[in-house]
Amino acid sequence: MRATVLVRPKSGILDPQGEAVHGALRQLGFAVSEARVGRVVDVELDATDAGEARTALERMCEQLLANPLIESYEITLEST
Amino acid sequence: MNPPRPRVGIIVFPGSNDERDAAWALSALGAEPVLVWHAEPELPDVAAVVLPGGFAYGDYLRCGAIARFAPAMQAVAAFAADGGLVLGICNGFQVLCEARLLPGVLRPNASLRFTCKDAPLRVERRDTPFTMRCHPGQRLVIPVKHGEGSFFADDELMEELEAAHQVVLRYDGENPNGSRNDVAGVVNRDGNVFGLMPHPEHAVDPLLGPSDGALILAALVDSARDRLLAAVG
Repeated sequence: MRATVLVRPKSGILDPQGEAVHGALRQLGFAVSEARVGRVVDVELDATDAGEARTALERMCEQLLANPLIESYEITLEST
Repeated sequence: MNPPRPRVGIIVFPGSNDERDAAWALSALGAEPVLVWHAEPELPDVAAVVLPGGFAYGDYLRCGAIARFAPAMQAVAAFAADGGLVLGICNGFQVLCEARLLPGVLRPNASLRFTCKDAPLRVERRDTPFTMRCHPGQRLVIPVKHGEGSFFADDELMEELEAAHQVVLRYDGENPNGSRNDVAGVVNRDGNVFGLMPHPEHAVDPLLGPSDGALILAALVDSARDRLLAAVG
Protein backbone atom coordinates (compact mmCIF):
# COMPACT_ATOMS: atom_id res chain seq x y z
CA MET A 1 0.00 0.00 0.00
CA ARG A 2 1.31 3.43 -0.92
CA ALA A 3 0.89 6.59 1.09
CA THR A 4 1.98 10.17 0.79
CA VAL A 5 2.87 12.18 3.85
CA LEU A 6 2.90 15.94 3.47
CA VAL A 7 4.81 17.81 6.18
CA ARG A 8 4.35 21.56 6.38
CA PRO A 9 5.75 24.31 8.57
CA LYS A 10 2.90 25.33 10.88
CA SER A 11 1.25 28.61 10.06
CA GLY A 12 2.79 31.55 11.84
CA ILE A 13 6.19 29.88 11.92
CA LEU A 14 8.94 31.75 10.15
CA ASP A 15 9.88 29.81 7.03
CA PRO A 16 13.09 31.35 5.67
CA GLN A 17 13.20 28.87 2.80
CA GLY A 18 9.65 29.80 1.79
CA GLU A 19 10.57 33.47 1.98
CA ALA A 20 13.53 32.93 -0.32
CA VAL A 21 11.32 31.08 -2.80
CA HIS A 22 8.69 33.80 -2.51
CA GLY A 23 11.31 36.46 -3.28
CA ALA A 24 12.57 34.51 -6.29
CA LEU A 25 9.07 34.01 -7.66
CA ARG A 26 8.39 37.74 -7.40
CA GLN A 27 11.65 38.48 -9.13
CA LEU A 28 10.47 36.29 -11.98
CA GLY A 29 7.40 38.50 -12.23
CA PHE A 30 4.83 36.21 -10.62
CA ALA A 31 2.21 37.91 -8.48
CA VAL A 32 2.73 35.75 -5.39
CA SER A 33 2.04 37.00 -1.89
CA GLU A 34 3.42 34.01 -0.01
CA ALA A 35 5.27 30.73 -0.51
CA ARG A 36 5.91 28.11 2.16
CA VAL A 37 8.15 25.09 1.69
CA GLY A 38 7.38 21.72 3.25
CA ARG A 39 8.37 18.16 2.48
CA VAL A 40 6.77 15.13 0.87
CA VAL A 41 7.53 11.59 2.01
CA ASP A 42 6.25 8.77 -0.20
CA VAL A 43 5.92 5.59 1.82
CA GLU A 44 5.42 2.04 0.61
CA LEU A 45 3.85 -0.02 3.40
CA ASP A 46 3.53 -3.75 3.85
CA ALA A 47 0.11 -3.31 5.46
CA THR A 48 -2.96 -4.25 3.43
CA ASP A 49 -5.56 -2.84 5.80
CA ALA A 50 -6.16 0.90 5.38
CA GLY A 51 -6.98 1.51 9.03
CA GLU A 52 -3.85 -0.29 10.14
CA ALA A 53 -1.77 1.62 7.63
CA ARG A 54 -3.15 4.96 8.77
CA THR A 55 -2.45 4.18 12.43
CA ALA A 56 1.12 3.22 11.55
CA LEU A 57 1.57 6.38 9.44
CA GLU A 58 0.34 8.57 12.26
CA ARG A 59 2.87 7.01 14.58
CA MET A 60 5.60 7.54 11.97
CA CYS A 61 4.68 11.21 11.80
CA GLU A 62 4.59 11.69 15.56
CA GLN A 63 7.86 9.85 16.15
CA LEU A 64 9.97 10.86 13.21
CA LEU A 65 8.56 12.43 10.08
CA ALA A 66 7.29 15.66 11.66
CA ASN A 67 8.26 17.67 14.70
CA PRO A 68 4.89 18.64 16.19
CA LEU A 69 6.38 21.82 17.65
CA ILE A 70 6.86 23.35 14.23
CA GLU A 71 5.27 21.09 11.65
CA SER A 72 1.84 19.75 10.77
CA TYR A 73 1.29 16.69 8.64
CA GLU A 74 -1.27 15.29 6.29
CA ILE A 75 -1.54 11.63 5.31
CA THR A 76 -3.01 10.47 2.03
CA LEU A 77 -3.46 6.75 1.42
CA GLU A 78 -3.49 5.67 -2.20
CA SER A 79 -6.35 3.31 -2.94
CA THR A 80 -5.16 0.30 -4.91
CA MET B 1 47.14 14.91 45.95
CA ASN B 2 45.71 15.56 42.54
CA PRO B 3 41.91 15.86 42.34
CA PRO B 4 40.34 12.80 40.72
CA ARG B 5 39.72 13.02 36.99
CA PRO B 6 36.01 12.31 36.42
CA ARG B 7 35.19 10.19 33.40
CA VAL B 8 33.07 12.05 30.87
CA GLY B 9 31.42 10.06 28.07
CA ILE B 10 31.35 11.62 24.61
CA ILE B 11 28.78 10.02 22.32
CA VAL B 12 30.10 9.54 18.79
CA PHE B 13 27.49 9.26 16.04
CA PRO B 14 28.25 8.57 12.40
CA GLY B 15 28.70 12.17 11.26
CA SER B 16 29.90 13.62 14.56
CA ASN B 17 33.02 15.70 13.96
CA ASP B 18 33.80 17.63 17.14
CA GLU B 19 34.26 14.68 19.47
CA ARG B 20 38.05 14.90 19.40
CA ASP B 21 38.07 18.62 20.20
CA ALA B 22 35.66 17.91 23.06
CA ALA B 23 37.89 15.09 24.31
CA TRP B 24 41.00 17.27 24.08
CA ALA B 25 39.32 20.17 25.90
CA LEU B 26 37.85 17.99 28.65
CA SER B 27 41.19 16.30 29.15
CA ALA B 28 42.98 19.66 29.35
CA LEU B 29 40.44 20.74 31.98
CA GLY B 30 40.95 17.75 34.25
CA ALA B 31 38.52 15.09 33.03
CA GLU B 32 39.10 11.68 31.52
CA PRO B 33 37.14 11.63 28.27
CA VAL B 34 35.70 8.33 27.06
CA LEU B 35 34.42 8.08 23.49
CA VAL B 36 31.19 6.06 23.30
CA TRP B 37 30.02 4.71 19.95
CA HIS B 38 26.36 5.46 19.19
CA ALA B 39 25.50 1.76 18.82
CA GLU B 40 26.38 1.03 22.46
CA PRO B 41 23.15 0.21 24.32
CA GLU B 42 24.75 1.08 27.66
CA LEU B 43 26.97 3.87 28.91
CA PRO B 44 30.27 3.01 30.57
CA ASP B 45 30.74 4.23 34.13
CA VAL B 46 30.82 8.02 33.59
CA ALA B 47 30.03 11.05 35.73
CA ALA B 48 28.74 13.15 32.81
CA VAL B 49 27.92 12.84 29.11
CA VAL B 50 28.66 15.19 26.21
CA LEU B 51 26.90 15.09 22.84
CA PRO B 52 29.38 16.71 20.44
CA GLY B 53 28.93 18.84 17.36
CA GLY B 54 28.71 17.51 13.83
CA PHE B 55 26.04 16.13 11.55
CA ALA B 56 24.78 12.98 13.26
CA TYR B 57 23.29 10.50 10.78
CA GLY B 58 23.81 13.16 8.12
CA ASP B 59 21.21 15.37 9.82
CA TYR B 60 18.77 13.99 7.25
CA LEU B 61 15.08 14.87 7.66
CA ARG B 62 15.73 17.34 10.51
CA CYS B 63 18.92 17.85 12.52
CA GLY B 64 19.03 15.26 15.29
CA ALA B 65 15.75 13.62 14.26
CA ILE B 66 17.30 10.25 13.42
CA ALA B 67 20.19 10.35 15.90
CA ARG B 68 17.79 10.46 18.81
CA PHE B 69 16.87 6.82 18.14
CA ALA B 70 20.46 5.57 18.42
CA PRO B 71 20.86 2.89 21.11
CA ALA B 72 23.28 5.13 23.05
CA MET B 73 20.60 7.84 23.15
CA GLN B 74 18.22 5.54 25.01
CA ALA B 75 21.00 5.11 27.57
CA VAL B 76 21.59 8.89 27.66
CA ALA B 77 17.86 9.48 28.25
CA ALA B 78 17.91 7.04 31.18
CA PHE B 79 21.10 8.66 32.52
CA ALA B 80 19.45 12.12 32.30
CA ALA B 81 16.23 10.87 33.93
CA ASP B 82 18.40 9.67 36.79
CA GLY B 83 19.77 13.20 37.23
CA GLY B 84 22.98 12.60 35.25
CA LEU B 85 24.76 15.62 33.75
CA VAL B 86 24.32 15.91 29.99
CA LEU B 87 25.81 18.65 27.81
CA GLY B 88 24.80 18.98 24.15
CA ILE B 89 26.94 21.18 21.93
CA CYS B 90 25.53 22.42 18.60
CA ASN B 91 24.43 19.20 16.88
CA GLY B 92 24.28 17.66 20.35
CA PHE B 93 21.84 20.41 21.35
CA GLN B 94 19.74 19.60 18.27
CA VAL B 95 19.72 15.91 19.20
CA LEU B 96 18.67 16.69 22.79
CA CYS B 97 15.78 18.85 21.54
CA GLU B 98 14.59 16.19 19.09
CA ALA B 99 14.89 13.61 21.89
CA ARG B 100 12.67 15.90 24.01
CA LEU B 101 15.33 15.98 26.69
CA LEU B 102 15.37 19.73 26.13
CA PRO B 103 12.46 21.97 25.16
CA GLY B 104 12.13 23.63 21.76
CA VAL B 105 13.77 22.90 18.43
CA LEU B 106 16.62 24.28 16.32
CA ARG B 107 15.57 25.53 12.90
CA PRO B 108 17.50 26.73 9.84
CA ASN B 109 19.22 30.07 10.40
CA ALA B 110 17.01 33.01 9.43
CA SER B 111 19.71 34.02 6.92
CA LEU B 112 19.65 30.50 5.39
CA ARG B 113 23.44 30.71 5.54
CA PHE B 114 25.93 28.70 7.50
CA THR B 115 27.43 31.03 10.09
CA CYS B 116 30.93 30.67 11.52
CA LYS B 117 32.18 33.40 13.85
CA ASP B 118 32.95 34.36 17.42
CA ALA B 119 29.66 35.07 19.18
CA PRO B 120 29.37 37.38 22.17
CA LEU B 121 27.08 35.81 24.78
CA ARG B 122 25.53 36.83 28.06
CA VAL B 123 25.29 34.42 31.00
CA GLU B 124 21.82 34.60 32.55
CA ARG B 125 22.35 32.17 35.41
CA ARG B 126 25.28 30.81 37.33
CA ASP B 127 23.30 28.33 39.46
CA THR B 128 23.65 25.49 36.97
CA PRO B 129 26.32 22.77 36.88
CA PHE B 130 27.48 24.25 33.57
CA THR B 131 27.78 27.96 34.38
CA MET B 132 28.87 28.04 38.01
CA ARG B 133 32.29 29.35 37.03
CA CYS B 134 30.66 32.43 35.47
CA HIS B 135 28.87 35.30 37.12
CA PRO B 136 25.37 36.38 36.11
CA GLY B 137 25.48 38.92 33.31
CA GLN B 138 29.03 37.92 32.40
CA ARG B 139 29.89 38.40 28.77
CA LEU B 140 31.55 35.44 27.08
CA VAL B 141 32.90 35.10 23.57
CA ILE B 142 32.56 31.58 22.14
CA PRO B 143 32.48 30.65 18.45
CA VAL B 144 29.36 29.43 16.66
CA LYS B 145 29.40 27.41 13.43
CA HIS B 146 26.08 26.12 12.23
CA GLY B 147 23.44 26.28 9.54
CA GLU B 148 20.50 25.34 11.75
CA GLY B 149 20.85 27.02 15.09
CA SER B 150 17.76 29.15 15.29
CA PHE B 151 16.13 28.19 18.57
CA PHE B 152 12.35 28.10 18.33
CA ALA B 153 9.61 27.62 20.90
CA ASP B 154 6.02 28.74 20.41
CA ASP B 155 4.69 31.67 22.48
CA GLU B 156 3.40 29.48 25.27
CA LEU B 157 6.57 27.42 25.60
CA MET B 158 8.81 30.49 25.33
CA GLU B 159 6.90 32.13 28.13
CA GLU B 160 7.27 29.01 30.26
CA LEU B 161 11.01 28.85 29.60
CA GLU B 162 11.50 32.50 30.55
CA ALA B 163 9.36 32.13 33.67
CA ALA B 164 11.36 29.09 34.77
CA HIS B 165 14.69 30.84 33.91
CA GLN B 166 15.67 28.02 31.57
CA VAL B 167 17.44 30.35 29.16
CA VAL B 168 21.00 30.18 30.44
CA LEU B 169 22.88 31.84 27.57
CA ARG B 170 21.76 34.56 25.17
CA TYR B 171 23.47 36.16 22.21
CA ASP B 172 24.63 39.58 23.32
CA GLY B 173 24.48 41.98 20.42
CA GLU B 174 24.15 40.41 17.02
CA ASN B 175 21.95 37.30 16.95
CA PRO B 176 23.69 35.01 14.42
CA ASN B 177 20.71 32.82 13.55
CA GLY B 178 17.42 34.54 14.40
CA SER B 179 16.74 32.48 17.53
CA ARG B 180 13.76 33.51 19.63
CA ASN B 181 14.58 35.80 22.53
CA ASP B 182 18.26 35.59 21.45
CA VAL B 183 18.49 32.10 22.98
CA ALA B 184 21.95 30.54 22.67
CA GLY B 185 21.58 27.85 25.34
CA VAL B 186 18.82 26.33 27.46
CA VAL B 187 18.73 24.00 30.42
CA ASN B 188 15.99 21.52 31.30
CA ARG B 189 13.74 22.16 34.25
CA ASP B 190 15.76 19.94 36.56
CA GLY B 191 18.95 21.74 35.57
CA ASN B 192 20.99 18.65 34.67
CA VAL B 193 20.68 18.76 30.87
CA PHE B 194 22.12 21.75 29.00
CA GLY B 195 22.29 22.47 25.29
CA LEU B 196 24.01 25.36 23.52
CA MET B 197 24.79 26.28 19.93
CA PRO B 198 28.20 27.91 20.59
CA HIS B 199 31.20 25.57 20.81
CA PRO B 200 32.98 25.83 24.17
CA GLU B 201 35.36 23.04 23.14
CA HIS B 202 36.76 25.29 20.39
CA ALA B 203 37.46 28.08 22.88
CA VAL B 204 39.71 26.59 25.55
CA ASP B 205 43.32 27.28 24.54
CA PRO B 206 44.05 31.06 24.48
CA LEU B 207 46.65 30.40 21.79
CA LEU B 208 43.80 29.71 19.35
CA GLY B 209 41.53 32.67 20.20
CA PRO B 210 38.89 33.25 22.83
CA SER B 211 39.11 30.86 25.77
CA ASP B 212 35.78 31.50 27.51
CA GLY B 213 34.56 28.04 26.54
CA ALA B 214 36.82 26.72 29.29
CA LEU B 215 34.50 28.33 31.86
CA ILE B 216 31.60 26.15 30.69
CA LEU B 217 33.54 22.91 30.28
CA ALA B 218 35.54 23.35 33.51
CA ALA B 219 32.25 23.87 35.35
CA LEU B 220 31.03 20.60 33.87
CA VAL B 221 34.23 18.86 34.97
CA ASP B 222 33.89 20.35 38.49
CA SER B 223 30.27 19.22 38.69
CA ALA B 224 31.13 15.75 37.41
CA ARG B 225 33.95 15.49 39.97
CA ASP B 226 31.60 16.58 42.77
CA ARG B 227 29.19 13.83 41.80
CA LEU B 228 31.98 11.30 41.62
CA LEU B 229 33.21 12.26 45.10
CA ALA B 230 29.66 12.27 46.49
CA ALA B 231 29.12 8.78 45.10
CA VAL B 232 32.39 7.55 46.62
CA GLY B 233 32.07 9.46 49.89
